[in-house]
Amino acid sequence: MDRPPVSRGFKSKRQTPEGARLPPGQYLTTDFPVLSAGPTPEIRVVDWKIALQLGGSLLGKWTWDEFEALPQTTITVDIHCVTKWTKLGTVWQGVSFDDLLKVVGVSEPPDAYVMAHCDGGYTTNLPVSDLVAGKAMIATRYEGLPLAPAHGGPARLLVPHLYFWKSAKWLRRLRFMPKDEPGFWESRGYHNYGDPWREQRYDGD
Amino acid sequence: MAIPGGSNVMTATDAPLQQPSIAWQTGRVQAIVAETSRVKSIILQPANWSGHWPGQHVDIRLTADDGYQAERSYSIASPPEEKLLALTVERVEDGEVSSYLLDELRVGDTLEFRGPIGWHFIWSQTRGGPICLVAGGTGITPLMAMLRHRTRSLAPIPASLIYSARSLAEIVYRDELDTMARDDRDLRLVYALTREHPGDWNGHRGRVNAALLAENSFTREQNPTFFICGPTGFVEGISSMLVKLGFDPLAIRTERFGPTGA
Repeated sequence: MDRPPVSRGFKSKRQTPEGARLPPGQYLTTDFPVLSAGPTPEIRVVDWKIALQLGGSLLGKWTWDEFEALPQTTITVDIHCVTKWTKLGTVWQGVSFDDLLKVVGVSEPPDAYVMAHCDGGYTTNLPVSDLVAGKAMIATRYEGLPLAPAHGGPARLLVPHLYFWKSAKWLRRLRFMPKDEPGFWESRGYHNYGDPWREQRYDGD
Repeated sequence: MAIPGGSNVMTATDAPLQQPSIAWQTGRVQAIVAETSRVKSIILQPANWSGHWPGQHVDIRLTADDGYQAERSYSIASPPEEKLLALTVERVEDGEVSSYLLDELRVGDTLEFRGPIGWHFIWSQTRGGPICLVAGGTGITPLMAMLRHRTRSLAPIPASLIYSARSLAEIVYRDELDTMARDDRDLRLVYALTREHPGDWNGHRGRVNAALLAENSFTREQNPTFFICGPTGFVEGISSMLVKLGFDPLAIRTERFGPTGA
């Protein structure tokens, strides 16, 4: 369809000053909605471990205390969910992907893609270039407080420049892959990349 | 695409499914049905529809004459066997799309939409049972598509629906649900009324609790699949109660909507 038909009687909503920070098709929320495919796992930090994996081998593995001792980064970013809400100025703390690579002694990412694996079997795929140079972190705190289970606690991936399903909750393992593979939603009709500014919601967008 | 009940045999796994086209299209509004004081069903005649799975949703897009657009997702209430698509819409406070759909949209208008979307929160009779559906408020919508589809299947698939609503008047599709349950011994229907109930109310009073779930959700040995849909707090509460009751977390599928707490 070249031009969307006008909806009879539908009025334009005046843009707010924050409008410029809203990707197309998004609306602002001050709330923090929760979306996930199944129950929220209750993960005790004493049982928690996180791993960075290349092929069949481990590049690094951390317990909660070890992970907490890694260099910490705090960022303030806007987040955009494919279900169309956008939340401005959210504050996150955690370990940047850059620091994680530094800690395991990897100067250059060994593969072009990464699969994030989570509790409950959720996965999502990303190009490594979208994780480096300050673009992503493994977040453990939100607005200064430990990340709540419903929002992915104890630790989630945070890739704020992509739709939020890429910021996988309850992260357990990041696996480098030589070739791209679709993750959970990507194999269920969602876009493989998910750029909110290009409205890459579904396959073919 | 594979349509439930069609010639494609689906297995009860999450194997990648054939993807439908999700291009934007228009549909004509054939009817608007008032379900409750805050809820209406919009009956659409799609220009072309390749079918859907019960539990899926569509995206609606509204366009103003200056090009301003707003999009929202709405669950499909109709089963795949029906040619017309039914979307059930609840009024959201300050909701620009829901107020348009409830107050402005008329029969004969065209509505732009695309779908079906959502390949996880789905069920069809080829996937078998038992199924336990738990609805909070208008979370009944995608579950209703499953029940309507189930009614049309020939196999007696055991099912239960636990439906939490504020009052009798807020139960969406109540007559149809009551009829369904009366005519079908394999369907158990339980209402939980949280705020108001008639004096002679024999059903559950108050929120859905673990005892009510345990009583109406089959046994662990029967391996029910759960579909829970409602506001976030409701879905979080029910799904964690089910995990505590010992049900397999991977058999619990959830869909959350609406305003949430932080």
